[in-house]
Amino acid sequence: MAQQHPPPGGGAALRSGVLHRHPRLRLGLLLGPPMLWLGVLYLGSLAALFITSLWSVDAFGGNIERIWNLDNYRDLFTLDVYRTITVRTLLIAASVTVIDAVLAFPVALYMAKVASPRLQRILVIAVLTPLWASYLVKAYAWRGMFASGGPLDSVGISPGYGLAATVLTLSYLWLPYMILPMYAGLERLPSSLIEASADLGAGTATTMRRVVLPVLFPAAVAGSIFTFSLTLGDYIAVKIVGGANQMLGNVVYDSFLTGNNLPFAAAVATIPVAAMLVYLAAVRRTGALDSL
Amino acid sequence: MTFSPATRALLRAFTGLVLLFVYAPLALVVLNSFNTSRTFEWPPPGFTTRWWSAAVESDGARNAIVVSLEVAVMATVIALVLGTMAALALQRFRFFGRDTVSLLIILPIALPGVVTGIALANAFLTMFGIQLGMLTLVVSHATFCIVTVFNNAIARLRRLGGNLEEASMDLGAGTFRTFWSITLPMMRSALLAGALLSFALSFDEIIVTTFTAGQGIQTLPIWIYQNLFRPNQAPVVNVVAAALIVLSVVPIWISQKLAGTDESVAAAR
Repeated sequence: MAQQHPPPGGGAALRSGVLHRHPRLRLGLLLGPPMLWLGVLYLGSLAALFITSLWSVDAFGGNIERIWNLDNYRDLFTLDVYRTITVRTLLIAASVTVIDAVLAFPVALYMAKVASPRLQRILVIAVLTPLWASYLVKAYAWRGMFASGGPLDSVGISPGYGLAATVLTLSYLWLPYMILPMYAGLERLPSSLIEASADLGAGTATTMRRVVLPVLFPAAVAGSIFTFSLTLGDYIAVKIVGGANQMLGNVVYDSFLTGNNLPFAAAVATIPVAAMLVYLAAVRRTGALDSL
Repeated sequence: MTFSPATRALLRAFTGLVLLFVYAPLALVVLNSFNTSRTFEWPPPGFTTRWWSAAVESDGARNAIVVSLEVAVMATVIALVLGTMAALALQRFRFFGRDTVSLLIILPIALPGVVTGIALANAFLTMFGIQLGMLTLVVSHATFCIVTVFNNAIARLRRLGGNLEEASMDLGAGTFRTFWSITLPMMRSALLAGALLSFALSFDEIIVTTFTAGQGIQTLPIWIYQNLFRPNQAPVVNVVAAALIVLSVVPIWISQKLAGTDESVAAAR
């Protein structure tokens, strides 16, 4: 329709005009590449992973045999060792999430509602800075803390390398992911609401329950997605401070790289995915996903 | 405020303790990098800069740093392009499946790294028949870096609204001209912040990396991990760790600068 008056500037301007008149085309061009990457490559990979988990390997070379079966899942659910590791991993993830929530709440409350604006800024930086320090370095730092003859051991409070050390190290690693959303949530809560609650006769406990908690809960859920998910998939921290203990990630890693059994590794990897999907579905209605 | 002085003191003390918990291990790493004892005796019997000079000489560490920088730069460039496109699409258009798309973007970081790692490795090896290497590593890193750029870009777009762009269009600028002259300059500091985060995420990543890098490629985290349990390498690894802790101040400083420009963007509206 606009061909009678081609816009000045030739091809680019012409294309630009076409784009301007066709918002759907613009949307398609904008959305196409990211969707090819995430929707096709990434989702496709996840689907392929699930399909692979329904295959098996031959007994000799570790080559994948494309025969459909549920053997991997049967092994996973019937062999005690895998059930123990699954339960252990879920318990560690839950403990880490609870510990982080308990540690993060008073800090977030202090930052958002007690500290002066200047101190608030400093505290945000103080909480953020360790996020930029390498994950591996932080896990390694705790190896030094827990070492026999190390700083904690010299005062007699080191649990040594093991599950307790793993839970503590993972809580340490993901703590900022819990503090920051809680702080953001509490900061949005007007102080006048807390004052109004007190003026209307509510004690500290009632104010906490009726005013602070409704804001805090979605924030804690948003934080817990990270603490839970990051713990479920971790196998490095447990190797560094966990002694001989294993988590699901170790089983995936060992089956994939050492055991050369990709289908079994794939089957194990579906457990954290299932756990996360259940978790995400459960928290969807809290509105926490919007505040990510 | 309504908190009693006792509550406030309690909160302050607790916050102090948590910060001690956060910084004590990091301080220990930095301190141990000067420890004369190879096995990090506590308390340190003496202090030396010997390990720092040894680390500077270490070829393994230096090569690994170069590889990590290359991967992080390439992954960040891809993430910048894809993340910005996705943010523009989701912020400027209403369409069916919009929520699904935004869920899809956060999925690579919402799912455990071990899942993303093995899924992509499996896809490369069995679906595409590509050997694991630099290409597969960069593709995998870009996948979970997109969300950092996307989050920063969409937050900025939400704040900006579309008025200036409409004005630009009304004055005769086309879609591309408007993007280059209006949208992009206004998004610049948000994109930089996203890129910085993406760079740091990629530079530090180890879980997806061990699955998708194959045997030949050694990024810095992989180098650290492989040398962590070797007693004779321990002091050098510790120095690299200490250096990374000290260097993490740099992105914080840059992001604070960027936050400053953010305020000036808000003021300019």
